[in-house]
Amino acid sequence: MIQQVENPALEIHDLTVSYDKKPVLWGIDLSIPRGALCGIIGPNGAGKSTLIKAIMNLVDMNSGYVKLFDQTLDEVRKKVSYVPQRESVDWDFPASVLDVVLMGRYANLGLFKNPRRADKDAALKALEMVGMEKYSKRQISQLSGGQQQRVFLARALTQNADIYFLDEPFSGVDAATEKAIFQILKNLSKDGKTIIVVHHDLQSVEPYFEWVILLNLRLVASGPTKQVFTPALLEETYGGKLTLLTEVGELVKKGEFEAREKQ
Amino acid sequence: MDAFWIILTGSLVAVSCALLGSFLILRKMSMVGDAISHSVLPGIVIAFFIAGSMQSIWMLVGAGILGILTTFLIEFFHQKGRLQTDASIGVTFTWLFALGVILVTYYAGNAHIDQDCILHGEIAYVPIDLMYDSQGNPIGPKAVIILSFVLVLILAFIFLFYKELFITTFDASFASAIGLNTSRWHYALMGLVSLTTVASFESVGAILVVALLIAPAASAYLITTQLKTMLILSSGFGILSSFLGYWLSYLLDGSIAGAMVTVSGFIFAVCYVIVRIKK
Repeated sequence: MIQQVENPALEIHDLTVSYDKKPVLWGIDLSIPRGALCGIIGPNGAGKSTLIKAIMNLVDMNSGYVKLFDQTLDEVRKKVSYVPQRESVDWDFPASVLDVVLMGRYANLGLFKNPRRADKDAALKALEMVGMEKYSKRQISQLSGGQQQRVFLARALTQNADIYFLDEPFSGVDAATEKAIFQILKNLSKDGKTIIVVHHDLQSVEPYFEWVILLNLRLVASGPTKQVFTPALLEETYGGKLTLLTEVGELVKKGEFEAREKQ
Repeated sequence: MDAFWIILTGSLVAVSCALLGSFLILRKMSMVGDAISHSVLPGIVIAFFIAGSMQSIWMLVGAGILGILTTFLIEFFHQKGRLQTDASIGVTFTWLFALGVILVTYYAGNAHIDQDCILHGEIAYVPIDLMYDSQGNPIGPKAVIILSFVLVLILAFIFLFYKELFITTFDASFASAIGLNTSRWHYALMGLVSLTTVASFESVGAILVVALLIAPAASAYLITTQLKTMLILSSGFGILSSFLGYWLSYLLDGSIAGAMVTVSGFIFAVCYVIVRIKK
């Protein structure tokens, strides 16, 4: 069940990515409608984060292409915002909350220019939207997991993008933060922004997302939640042949390893 | 007057190292500084062979090229060879350093270049190695002039590209996502580390320069929560190490560079204790 759309916000064609000659994404072909609030769902190691990284050109593709609003990433970079996994940075870094949020404005500043008053105002406004305005001077190492995630979201909000990619924004955050973040994403989507979220909590998929991508190395399904989020397709994503294949692959790998140790 | 020139030389080295070292620590690449400071050795010797003298400009070029090559090889073995970063660093710099050792011993008869001067340097000779203008009047010690030039370059680099350095150091994937070429900034920084290392080696030597790259920056990292403060504090610690180190060596009648690094180690210990007590 892969539904293609006309005039998509995101279009991926024949995308294959491999790490160390082992494919992690295989022949992905999909399109996402503009203004959708979309979840990427799949088991651990299914390539969810890799898919976003490939779209952002952070990992090399073996084949295929990605188009955003019918253009290449370089042509629309200022309209695209990326929120990496919270764990991907060192939160002991000597920086304040405001320093980090201001980074969202760097893309529009260019070389040799420092952030101005207007940039600072935009950063403070974004902090207010995520309910962190009181923490602007706080050092980032003093933040809780939920607060760190809010800061990352605030940084993305300052970019005023048309499409947002978020990598596991709900992992390790408290219930209040999850609710607040979801509300902000919902509002962005209402304003016509396209939101694509890597997500792993199956229980909240139906209330959160209107469009779902089911992924496990290859694309299992992409379409409106009601049509895609079905037991049969979930079975195919989580419990079907592909999981078995991955397990067999792991066993073969282990076998090789032992054989080498015995020598 | 000699004391002034020696302390000034030490301070110039220490501040240059502290500024770059701060970024190395935050990028978790302290050992890359170690690697570069050793692997520039063949570059220095080859430049000496080509230029036929200790003309410092050729030394800087030769070492600069080797420094970039080292960085490139480390990245190459890590990315393409699937080797862990630390193993990749270990293989690369020891091999290049060994190559340098062979080259140095090959020219062992030459009084101007030997292992001792490269590994340990001799800051006490700085005041007598003068640079002259076209009329033959002394302008000042050669090391001071070269090191001032290097420091101005580093200051300009950090001042002009502070935000790029900040963002590529803190969050490299976000930096590339907004269109910055992170590897270009990586190599620019490493190029400066090579330049500083080689400009410093005559005065403090290739081994102690590693300490000055890490210790003042690590001390500042412990006690600050702002990158700008960290840069200023680490520079201050560098100058303090140079100043107190000189007088320590005067008292003990020992190696000046050794005393400077010893003091920087003490400063680190003090910072560590302060942080522990505060907690």
